[in-house]
Amino acid sequence: MYASIRLLTTVLVLALFALSISLAAKPDRVNTAAGLAAWDQVYAVLVSPRCINCHTATNYPQQGDDRHRHFANVVRGPEGFGVPGLNCIGCHQESNADSTGVPGGPNWHLAPLSMQWQDVNDRPMSSAAVCRAVTDRSKNEDMDGPALLKHHAEADLVLWAWKPGLRPDGTMRTLPPISHQEFVAATRTWVEAGTPCPKGR
Amino acid sequence: MQPELSRRSFIQLTTAATGGLLISLYLDKPSLIAQQPPPPKVYPPDAFVHVRRDGHVVITVNRLEFGQGVQTSLPMILADEMDVDWSKVIAELAPAEDVYKDPMFGIQMVGGSGSIAHSFQQYRELGAKTRAMLVAAAADAWKVTPDQCRTENSVVYGPGNRSARYAELADDAAKKPVPQNVKLKSASEFRIIGKRVPRLDSHSKCDGSQKFGLDLDLPGMKIALVAHSPVFGGRVKSVDDRDARSLDGVRDVFEIPLAKGSAVAVVADRFWTAKQARDRLKIDWDLSGVERADTVQLLAKYKQMATTDGNVAINRGDAKALDSVPRANRIVAEYEFPFLAHAPMEPLNATVKFEGDKAEAWVPSQFQTMDQMVIAEVLGLKPDKVTFHTEFAGGGFGRRATTDSHIPREAALIAKRFRGTPVKLIWSREDDVRGGYYRPMHVHRVEIGIGRDGMPVAWRHVVVGQSLLAGTPFAMMIKDGVDETAVEGAKDTSYDIPNFRVTAHHPTVNVPVLWWRSVGHTHTAFVMETLVDELANRAKVDPIAYRHKLLKADAKKLHSVLELLDQKSGWRKTLPRGRAVGVACHESFDTAVACAVEVSIENKRPRIHRATVAVNCGLAVNPLSVESQFQGGLGFGLTQLMSKGAITLKDGHIEQRNFDGYAPPYIIDAPTTIDVHIVPSTEPPTGCGEPPVPVISPAVVNALSKLTGKRYRTLPLTII
Amino acid sequence: MAKYRLTVNGSEKTVDVDPSTPLLWVLREELKMTGTKYGCGISACGACTVHVDGVATRSCVVPVSLIGKREIVTIEGVASDPVGRAVQDAWVEKDVVQCGYCQSGQVMSAVALLKGTPNPTEKEVDESMGGNLCRCATYVRIREAIASASRQIKGAA
Repeated sequence: MYASIRLLTTVLVLALFALSISLAAKPDRVNTAAGLAAWDQVYAVLVSPRCINCHTATNYPQQGDDRHRHFANVVRGPEGFGVPGLNCIGCHQESNADSTGVPGGPNWHLAPLSMQWQDVNDRPMSSAAVCRAVTDRSKNEDMDGPALLKHHAEADLVLWAWKPGLRPDGTMRTLPPISHQEFVAATRTWVEAGTPCPKGR
Repeated sequence: MQPELSRRSFIQLTTAATGGLLISLYLDKPSLIAQQPPPPKVYPPDAFVHVRRDGHVVITVNRLEFGQGVQTSLPMILADEMDVDWSKVIAELAPAEDVYKDPMFGIQMVGGSGSIAHSFQQYRELGAKTRAMLVAAAADAWKVTPDQCRTENSVVYGPGNRSARYAELADDAAKKPVPQNVKLKSASEFRIIGKRVPRLDSHSKCDGSQKFGLDLDLPGMKIALVAHSPVFGGRVKSVDDRDARSLDGVRDVFEIPLAKGSAVAVVADRFWTAKQARDRLKIDWDLSGVERADTVQLLAKYKQMATTDGNVAINRGDAKALDSVPRANRIVAEYEFPFLAHAPMEPLNATVKFEGDKAEAWVPSQFQTMDQMVIAEVLGLKPDKVTFHTEFAGGGFGRRATTDSHIPREAALIAKRFRGTPVKLIWSREDDVRGGYYRPMHVHRVEIGIGRDGMPVAWRHVVVGQSLLAGTPFAMMIKDGVDETAVEGAKDTSYDIPNFRVTAHHPTVNVPVLWWRSVGHTHTAFVMETLVDELANRAKVDPIAYRHKLLKADAKKLHSVLELLDQKSGWRKTLPRGRAVGVACHESFDTAVACAVEVSIENKRPRIHRATVAVNCGLAVNPLSVESQFQGGLGFGLTQLMSKGAITLKDGHIEQRNFDGYAPPYIIDAPTTIDVHIVPSTEPPTGCGEPPVPVISPAVVNALSKLTGKRYRTLPLTII
Repeated sequence: MAKYRLTVNGSEKTVDVDPSTPLLWVLREELKMTGTKYGCGISACGACTVHVDGVATRSCVVPVSLIGKREIVTIEGVASDPVGRAVQDAWVEKDVVQCGYCQSGQVMSAVALLKGTPNPTEKEVDESMGGNLCRCATYVRIREAIASASRQIKGAA
């Protein structure tokens, strides 16, 4: 009788051990959900005008909350910096020019086409599609989760979105839907959850 | 055989008993204008040409130079008859003075594409008379007769190898009597006229040295900006200017009366200070009783009005003939045209200095006589006490010729408070886009009855749009309730259409309106040329052949340009896939134009690969200038097709602000190439400033219709 | 008001202005250099184009406080550059100008284009010049002049 109790206990302990290992190896079901919820917040920022206006799929940037094509026929150019007669930095300086209403930040340029978050008809891509694009290391300049977090926390042109300066009419440009702090926090949660992406197209 | 210049007496000049002058702005018929002393019947050469000791010849141009090249072409005419060394010619723009008035219109002005047409004979005579005086001086000195002398390149040659340079003879020549009559050259003797002569102002416009009105700088000068009511005609109720005045360099802030309502002027040392100060003004506007025009409402109203017969512009035959045409053989078409801003590149400006008993003004003005009069009136002076300088203008297109001279008026009102100080009034681009004086909105409704042979048998045409002349000093030119400027190009069409009726409604709207380069032709030509094209299509006849057939036999200029266009546009026969050709022709300001464009659709917009244009402007004084005018005029005309080529109002407020909301054509919108062909002619020269504009929009749209099968009757072209 | 030391066409200039003043108005009113033009004030037309450290820049929207030590070249100084001279010569040769108000900006943009792309294709020309507005629509001749200048520069090289 003792032998069978010992056997039973060993099996039970082994089973419990196996279970605990398996639980530790897989992300927690709760964590994935939290990660996806956090992604929703990140996505909402990425497709807001201050960000998505320079993440186009076309040869032009957009401007304004209505995301119309940038005036004066400015174009992407071969590297996203415009063309010799019409450079981005010909107007956009290293900081906002509030007296004239032109936004500015260090090294102003378009996100590369690999980082497009819209289709060629200027429609924002779905949450799943943007998530895939953002986590594709062959497209995102080889950034892993922590690198993405650092990018969201510290990159100049990202930070610009929350200090976008005044429009020519003197009014403040609209900010992204959440604060930069919240954006970083959401990014962290998402990264810690293993950068999960929603399913689907 | 030497062809003589044919003498066509095209406009008679008559002087009324009162000494007033009968003039016409756009009609080839004289009519009345307010009290103005008539221009002299004899133009003194010394007011127009001055030979310097160093051999340079300064020729005074009685028109504003605003791109059309008149500061080169008028001197060419004078210089040719005078036998001047062209390389030594300098052109200057005339100040406002009686002697510089347009010989036909009786006021000093530029417009109606009339510069060369009206001053050709005048400048020829001036040149010939000056030459005669120089020859007389030489002949005197040599004790020979004038007919023993000849002239060439600023030198008089006499018998026995004698010669004397104009520079040497100038002083003596000035003392000679001005001859009453002179013999002019025959066309075969022209050495400058008819040649492709490069512009005299090229260098200065490429190196930044050319000064425009906006560039004027005078000692002690102040800058003025004006805050206008957001709805036309509003009045200032109250102003809080404390914030504005707190800026360093702000001199004064005060209300000024306008023809309707009032505005607030800000005067400062610098433009940027004035602008910031104006931005800080808190103005409470009284908009009570002011009509708030609204594009959507106006459109509905105009469309309704277009369904009813208006005031008769022309009624030939019996338009009721339409009623007996089976419906299947009728076209009913409704067209919509928006308000258009001219938006010349140089923002509007005027500088005035008031000195109590006299004043000085510097204005890039298309209407010197009127502007001078208004400045004088505001300052309580006689016009001849206002020294008025004509500055080079950065474009105009009609915008710098307003019947109320509102820009110089504002400048004078402000200068009045700063005696002794030159005040430069500037309208910012926003002021310009929002400031009114637009090409009016129009609706056309046309019903055509088509005969068996595909030709029209009846045509009933209603035009709805504000009158340009109503409420202006030229209002008396409105006849039987019809403002000619709204129906020209339709009413007077050269198409031989029986049972032809054109009527017009001119609603009163609280939006100031103005002539926009080619005026009524901007919309009438679009309607005529798209409908004629539609008729040609239905009849399955080539668009050029159809037009030949439909035109009156005596529409010589139009026939000639269609023929030349046909010859020069062989490319029409072999077009690549995805491209179509569109044709249009139109005569305006006595010049006929035919145009063919090769169009494809790229990124949902028309892409114009090529335009071939044929022109009949009589004798082309400077074919290079004619070519430029046509290339440019076509490009200007494309404003009408731009997706953001419209000024709209919502509840009395202009919805556009600057070139971000009102976007004229940029280089990508222009045809890749434009080749211009001039019908050889010795007829008197007719204008080239406006004639290019009406043809391009219908030509492009005619091509688009071929590509898509759709009709395009609403401008601007937002959807292809 | 603040003092700024600017390098304009190779010369050092000191100005005392409100820091928010666009470079355009500093050039025009403080330095009396009116070759650079005011057309719109919102960088939509290019009439105000100058070069800042070689970059075609729309001076109407750049506050003087953001210029720093960068070197400014204006239309008045562009002839000291062989590309500038070639462009101006081509402009005259092809009789490009009409009213001329936009042409300072057109020349400056064209010079920047040709310095960056000496042999531009038609598409590259239209892209670089695509933001310079000309109400007289001298565009067709602008293209011809750029092509001519490009050949000229190549020949001289």
